[in-house]
Amino acid sequence: MEVILAFVIGGLFALAIYMLLRRSLVKLLIGLALLSHAANLLIFTAAKLTRGRPPVIGMETAALEPPFADPLPQALILTAIVISFGVMAFALALAFRAYRSVGTDDLDQMQSTDV
Amino acid sequence: MMLAISVLSGFGLAFAAPILSRRFGRAAGWILALLPAGLTLYFIGLLPSAAAARPAAFSAPWAPDLGLVFSFRADGLGLLFALLISGIGALVVTYTGGYLKGNPNLGKFYAWLLVFMAAMLGVALADNMILLFVFWELTSISSYILIGFEHERASARAAALQAFLVTGGGGLALLAGLLLLGSAGGTLELSALLGQGDVLRASPFYFPAVLLILLGAFTKSAQFPFHFWLPNAMEAPTPVSAYLHSATMVKAGIYLLARLGPVLNGTDVWVYAVGGVGAATMLVGGYLALSQTDLKRLLAYSTVSALGMLTLLIGLGSPHALEAAIVLLLAHGLYKGALFLVAGALDHETGTRDITQLGGLFSAMKLTAIAGGIAALSMAGLPPLFGFLSKELTYEAALEFGPWLAGAVVLAGLSFVFVAGVVGVGPFWGKQKQTPKSPHEAPLSMWLGPAILAGLSLLLGIFPNSISRFLISPAASGAIGESTSVKLALWHGVNPAFVLSVATILIGAGLFAARHPIRSGLSRFAWRWGPSFFYDRSLDALNALARGQTRLLQSGYLRFYLFAIILTVTGLAGFTLFTRGGLPVPVAVSEVRFYEAALALLILLAAFVATVSWSRLGAVAALGVAGYGVALIYLLFGAPDLAMTQFLIESLTVILFVLAFYHLPHFAQLSSRTARVRDGLIALLAGGLMTSLVLSAVDAQLHPSISGYFVENALPLAHGRNIVNVILVDFRGIDTMGEITVLGIAAIGVYALLKLHTDRKKDKKGGGE
Repeated sequence: MEVILAFVIGGLFALAIYMLLRRSLVKLLIGLALLSHAANLLIFTAAKLTRGRPPVIGMETAALEPPFADPLPQALILTAIVISFGVMAFALALAFRAYRSVGTDDLDQMQSTDV
Repeated sequence: MMLAISVLSGFGLAFAAPILSRRFGRAAGWILALLPAGLTLYFIGLLPSAAAARPAAFSAPWAPDLGLVFSFRADGLGLLFALLISGIGALVVTYTGGYLKGNPNLGKFYAWLLVFMAAMLGVALADNMILLFVFWELTSISSYILIGFEHERASARAAALQAFLVTGGGGLALLAGLLLLGSAGGTLELSALLGQGDVLRASPFYFPAVLLILLGAFTKSAQFPFHFWLPNAMEAPTPVSAYLHSATMVKAGIYLLARLGPVLNGTDVWVYAVGGVGAATMLVGGYLALSQTDLKRLLAYSTVSALGMLTLLIGLGSPHALEAAIVLLLAHGLYKGALFLVAGALDHETGTRDITQLGGLFSAMKLTAIAGGIAALSMAGLPPLFGFLSKELTYEAALEFGPWLAGAVVLAGLSFVFVAGVVGVGPFWGKQKQTPKSPHEAPLSMWLGPAILAGLSLLLGIFPNSISRFLISPAASGAIGESTSVKLALWHGVNPAFVLSVATILIGAGLFAARHPIRSGLSRFAWRWGPSFFYDRSLDALNALARGQTRLLQSGYLRFYLFAIILTVTGLAGFTLFTRGGLPVPVAVSEVRFYEAALALLILLAAFVATVSWSRLGAVAALGVAGYGVALIYLLFGAPDLAMTQFLIESLTVILFVLAFYHLPHFAQLSSRTARVRDGLIALLAGGLMTSLVLSAVDAQLHPSISGYFVENALPLAHGRNIVNVILVDFRGIDTMGEITVLGIAAIGVYALLKLHTDRKKDKKGGGE
C-alpha cells in the first residue's frame, strides 16, 4: 500500500507544483491546497502505515498493545491541517483583496501596487 | 582583571559619550579625555613589571573548545602601542572638542573615537589571536565610520568604503593566516606561540600563513601597492587623520609584523617580502609626497613612507634594525601626530589647507607655529630632537646591510626633511598671504595637543635614557624575541650614520628651498595607472556582476523563483538519493486491498480534475473530493482524529473557496503551450522525486523514534487515553498554543484585508469623482 500511496503523493506534488507555476492567482491557490494534502500524506506514509489500530488506550487496559499507528506523525499532521487552513483562508482573502485593488488575477500584470 | 577592564572601558564610555557631549557641551572633550589620560597613567604603571619580564595578564575562557580565550597580556611591545594609543587618544579627544565645536554629530564622533581607541588597545594587548582579529576588524569598522563622518559628501563616502574594503579584505586574509599559524603551532595564544619559531618555520603551513598574514598587515598599514587608501582617507576630520591614520591604526600592521617577527623572520620569504615591500613603500610614499599641495595628503604620503621604513626595518630583522623600528615608531607617532594636529589647526583657523595659500602666519598663530616647528625639526631629524636619534639608529641599521639600502633610506630621509619644511615651516614664515578666514590663534584645546607632543619630542631627545630602560628596551625585546637592553644617546660621535644625517639635512634643506619648481615639475607626472585605477575597475566589475546576477535571479516573476527552488531541491536531493542508494525498493510494506487502491486512484483523479477543470466550481468540487479521499486514508490507517479534522477543515475550505471564487474572475488561458509543457515537466520531475523519497523513507529509521515515550507516559503522566490528543494538549501544549496564535493572527489578517476593502470604497466615494 505504501508504494501506491507514494505514487499518489508524487502525483499530488506534481499537480500542486504545476498549479503553483500558473500565472492565474486562483489556480495558484488550488495548487496551495493540493500541496498541503501532499505534504500531510508524505508525513503520514513515511512513518509507515498500520491498518485500523488507532493509538488510543482502551478503557479496560492500562497500556497499548502493539501493533498500533504511530501517534507522533498524527499529532504533526493534525497541527499542519489546521495551520494550512489558516494559510488558505488568509491567501484567499489576500487574492480577493489583490484582485479588487489591481483589477487582474494575472501575476504578470501585478507589477505595481497602484490601481 | 584591571587589564581587561582597561581595554574594554572605552566601549563603555562610548555609550555614554553622546549624552555627556549634550550635557556638558564644550567641556565634554576635556571630560571624555579623562579616560584615555587615566589609561595612560595605568599603562605607565604597568611598565616596570613588563621590563622585569613579568607582564600583567588576564585570561578568561570564551569558547575553550575552539581555542578561543579572552586573554590579554601587557608586555613591553604591547605597552608601547597602548601608551601611544591612550596618550595620543587623550590629546585627540580634547582637540576634537575645539575642532568640531558646534557640530551636531559631535557626540557620535566622540563615541566612535572611543570605540576605536578601545578596539586598538585590544589589538595591542590581546594575547589570543582570534581576539586580536576581532579587535582588528573593529578598528576597520570604526575607521570606516570615522572617515565617512561627513557622509553628506560623496567623496567621503567613497573614501570610507575604499579604506574599509582594502583593510577588510586584508583582514579576511589575516584571519586565515592566523588560523594556519595556530594549527601549525598548536595554540592560538601569542605568548605560547612565541616559543615555537623553529616548529613554525618547519611547518608546511609556514609559507601560506606568512603570505596571508602579510596581506593583512600590508593592507592595514598602507603598504605598496595597497597604499592608495590612506591619502584618500584624509577625507576624515583631522583628529581622525592624526589619530587613526598616522599615529595608531595604520601601525596595527607594523605591530603584527613586530609581534610575529621573532617566530617568522629569518627566512628568505620574510626578508624579501617584508623588506622589499617596505622599501618600495618607503620610496613610493616619499616620492609622491613631494608633489602634494594639500597639507593632509602631503602628510599622508609621508606617513606611507614612514610606514614603509618601519616595515623595511622589521623585514631586515637584525637587532639593530628592530631597535631602530621601535624608536622610529615612537618618534613618528609624536611628530606626525603633532604635525597633523597643526595642519588641522591651520585648516580650522585660516579656512584652507592648500600650502600654496599659506604663509607668514607666525605672528597670528605663535603657539601653533612653535609646536609645529619643533615637530617639523624632529621629523627632519635635527638634534637635539627625538627624531634625530631615530634617524641615526635607522641609518646605522641600514648601513649594516650595505650602501644600496642606506642610499634608499637616505632618499626617504630627504623626503622627510622636505615634508617637515613644507608643513612646519612654510605656512608660518615668509610672506603673509591672503587666506579665506582671517587667521588667529587656535583655542587652548587645539594647541595643547601639538604642544605636548612636540614638547615630548624635545624632552625625549635630550633625555633619551629616561625611557630606554622601561619603555624602549622591553618593547625592542618583544620585537627581537630575546631580552635586550637599548642604550640611547644623542651623540654617537662622527660615524658614517652621522655623516649621512648631516648630508640628508643639508640636501633636504636645499630641496625645500627649491620646493616650488620641484612641485610644479613633478605634478606633470601624475600616475594614471596606479593601484587605485585597478581598485576602481575591480569595484566596477564587482558591481556589474552583482547587477547582472540580480537581474537574472531577482526577475520579479514568481514562477522563476519557484523554478530555482524546485530545481535546486530536486537536483540536489535527487543526486544524493540516487548516488547513495540507487532506486529505492521498499521491502516491508503492507498488502494492498482493492478498495484502498480505488481510493488512491480517486484522489489522484480528483486532483487531476481540479487541475485541468475549466469550471471554477468544478475545480473546487474536485478539490473537496480529493480532500475527503485523503481523510478516508487517514481513517483506514488508524488515524480517526486526523480524519475528523480533515473532514471538517475540507468542508470549511470548500465553502471558503466558493465564497471567494464568487468574487474572483473566471479561469483564463494565460500561459503559452510551451510554458505549460515546461511547467508540466518540472512538476513531473519534482513529483517523481517525492515518490522516490517516500519509497526510500518507508524503510529508513535513522534515529530512534520518540513516539514510545508518549505512548508509555500518556496514561500515567497525563491521564489521557487518546495519545494523539495528549501529545497536542499536554506534552506539546505550548506548540498548540502557538498554533492557536497563528490561527488568530490569520483571522485578524483576513478581517483586516476585507475591512480595508470597504474603507477604500468609502474613500473613493467620499473623495468624489
